[in-house]
Amino acid sequence: MITFDAVTKRYPDGTVAVDALSLEAPTGEITVFVGPSGCGKTTSLRMINRMIDATEGRILLDGVPVQGIDPPTLRRGIGYVIQQAGLFPHRKIVDNIATVPYLLGWDRKKARSRAMELLERVGLDPAMGERYPFQLSGGQQQRVGVARALAADPPVLLMDEPFSAVDPIVRTSLQDELIRLQAELNKTIVFVTHDIDEAIKLGDRVAVLRVGGRLAQLADPKTLLSEPADDFVREFLGRDRGIRRLRFVSTEGMRLRTDLTVTEGSDDPADEPWRLVVTADDRPLGWVSRDRPGTLEPYGTFRPGHDSMRSALDAALLSPSGCAVAVDGEGRVVGVATREALDEALTEAADG
Amino acid sequence: MGDGPPTLWEWIARNWDTGRVGSIRDLLGDHLVMSLVPIVAGLLLALPLGLASVRWRWLYQPTAGVFNVIYALPSLPVFMLLISVTGLSQLTVIIPLTFYAMAVLIPAVVDGLGAVPEHVRQSAVAMGFTPLRRLVQVELPIATPVVLAGLRVVAVSSISLVSVGALIGQGGLGMLFTRAYQNPFLPPVIVGIALIVLLALVADGLLVLAQRLLTPWVRARRAT
Amino acid sequence: MSWLTDFFGDPANWSGPDGIPARLLEHLEFSALALVLAMLVAVPLGLLIGHTGKGGLLVVVTANLARALPTLGLLVLFVLLLGTASILPVIIPLVLLAVPPILVNTFEGIRGVDPELRDAAYGMGLTGGQVLGRVLVPVALPLILLGLRLSAIQVVATTTVAAYTGLGGLGRFVIDGFATKDYAGVVGGSVLIVLFALVVQIVFMLVQRATVSPGVSQRLITPKKGRL
Repeated sequence: MITFDAVTKRYPDGTVAVDALSLEAPTGEITVFVGPSGCGKTTSLRMINRMIDATEGRILLDGVPVQGIDPPTLRRGIGYVIQQAGLFPHRKIVDNIATVPYLLGWDRKKARSRAMELLERVGLDPAMGERYPFQLSGGQQQRVGVARALAADPPVLLMDEPFSAVDPIVRTSLQDELIRLQAELNKTIVFVTHDIDEAIKLGDRVAVLRVGGRLAQLADPKTLLSEPADDFVREFLGRDRGIRRLRFVSTEGMRLRTDLTVTEGSDDPADEPWRLVVTADDRPLGWVSRDRPGTLEPYGTFRPGHDSMRSALDAALLSPSGCAVAVDGEGRVVGVATREALDEALTEAADG
Repeated sequence: MGDGPPTLWEWIARNWDTGRVGSIRDLLGDHLVMSLVPIVAGLLLALPLGLASVRWRWLYQPTAGVFNVIYALPSLPVFMLLISVTGLSQLTVIIPLTFYAMAVLIPAVVDGLGAVPEHVRQSAVAMGFTPLRRLVQVELPIATPVVLAGLRVVAVSSISLVSVGALIGQGGLGMLFTRAYQNPFLPPVIVGIALIVLLALVADGLLVLAQRLLTPWVRARRAT
Repeated sequence: MSWLTDFFGDPANWSGPDGIPARLLEHLEFSALALVLAMLVAVPLGLLIGHTGKGGLLVVVTANLARALPTLGLLVLFVLLLGTASILPVIIPLVLLAVPPILVNTFEGIRGVDPELRDAAYGMGLTGGQVLGRVLVPVALPLILLGLRLSAIQVVATTTVAAYTGLGGLGRFVIDGFATKDYAGVVGGSVLIVLFALVVQIVFMLVQRATVSPGVSQRLITPKKGRL
């Protein structure tokens, strides 16, 4: 656990970057610092591994004040990922990843085999180990950055806007990768971003900071969206708070109808305005309207229990039928969520 | 004062303008010619070669390679080898210095033009600039700061290099050094070094001034 | 052409203290001595100033001023001031002129390293010395070597000119030949110096090849098979 105990950073010219910050980043969770530029989020992060020293207050790592630990020793025990990855251009990827193990005096062979293992773990081809950073794309470099931070298996990971320099598609895949990795590794992660959507997606807890380095709110994403502490947080969260909150509403146990599907080619007696045509092995083909029997209309799918209400609603809005197609892990249709069923679930969500 | 050796100022006063060849003023004039001609000629030759290297990329590597080698040649043996072609004239000094200047300026022109952002080039094309007008009105002005930075290096080093020419009798103010060595006497050396450094500083200052006048946007950007 | 055959064909030019081998060795000795002394001063100073960021202005001003200093003038000045009893009066200006290119390029090289890289290095727990030695120097190496190469060009040229003030080396053939109208000596010596300068260039290029990481020079390398 990382504890901020009334931490203040004041620069010689009087600027206060962080103002009496007190919070905890629990072990095994992702705590996100988010806020506009000038809110002191990066400064706060960098005070944890003493890249910057706090002026007042204490930062504790599992109860031990970091100020008492020699910076290089402290930092070797904390993974650090930054925006441009900061890979060493003169070293091969495998040696970049093994930087901290080398520093800790690991046997060279052991360090390299650990590096190769991590390369695969972050989703890269092991053949890339023998390349140099300039031969990799931005997204690949960022993955190597994460692997490098994990090399010595530190319990704590500090990530300073690690995904903000890559394009949106790569960013999404890096975020998903981090969620997947964290499920396996259970690190204590402090993650800095200016992107509230990223904060909500990744954070177990989100700390919203305001300019001048004061904590505006610390909460789990769902609470943050439903109960913003004040106007600043509300404005920072932006529009669509309600819609975005649906990401945290489960589709577990949603009422599904199974009588609206017809197998391709078979005649259908049911007198319903919309029916879902499926293949013989239950893959969805499209919706057919009673008014235009010959035409297949578009459909959207979601996985009940796995996907959120937001995905279910999105699937419903993609189709003129207004219904969402529920599928299992293999993509086979298990039922249909009608407008009525969605309505019920939404009402429940609004109440809860 | 009496009959002792003349002081520095006395020596300057006595030798400034004797009306004969070899007065300080005379040497200063020679020095200016032998350093200015290579600077100007170097620029005039480097511009088309640099432009060609940008237009035809394959040209750059060999051109840069050849000039890198030339730049590495010590001036004195080059002067000596040239004597058989140009004789003991100012040209013997001017020609090698021109080549050294080109060695610095060609990469400067290429880098300068390389610094023109692609979107600027594209929008100039889109607005209907002909290639020549685009070059003169858009690309060259943007390349100017880099070229001028190269020109500053060239100006200062040309001015100091001319003095080596004194060893073949064509050194401008450098002649003061050989004169001082043959007839051991300090004032000419001091005057020679001082005037050459002063000349270099003046040239450098003028180029800085030119940079401000030619590229006002560079300073405006820095101020904001 | 006949000058060349006269010069290189004369057996007298190949032996004794004023023969080609001896002069070549002298030229190499003086140049190497000056370059090494300049390196000993300029590399640590450049690393220090680049790493700490203090004193950068000093470097820039010194470098500009040094470029303006006429080599011949400095040589004559020191010889007149200190006499010709030792080679010291000649070595001093040689070193003085060799320092600025190394100093400036080392400083610029270290200072120019991407701040993100420095940040990442410190963030992973490298000490100040390790950051300099394991990250900044390897990344700045092309510029540091450029400084050394420019300095070597300068030293080889100045050593040639220094023959005028009595120093040995290949410049002697040229200076003495010019004074005695021995044009075979002038041309032969000049050719030797030019060749010497070219060899020095090639040596530096090879050193650069061998020491700069392909990741820094971005030379395309084909990964060796079966070594993953």
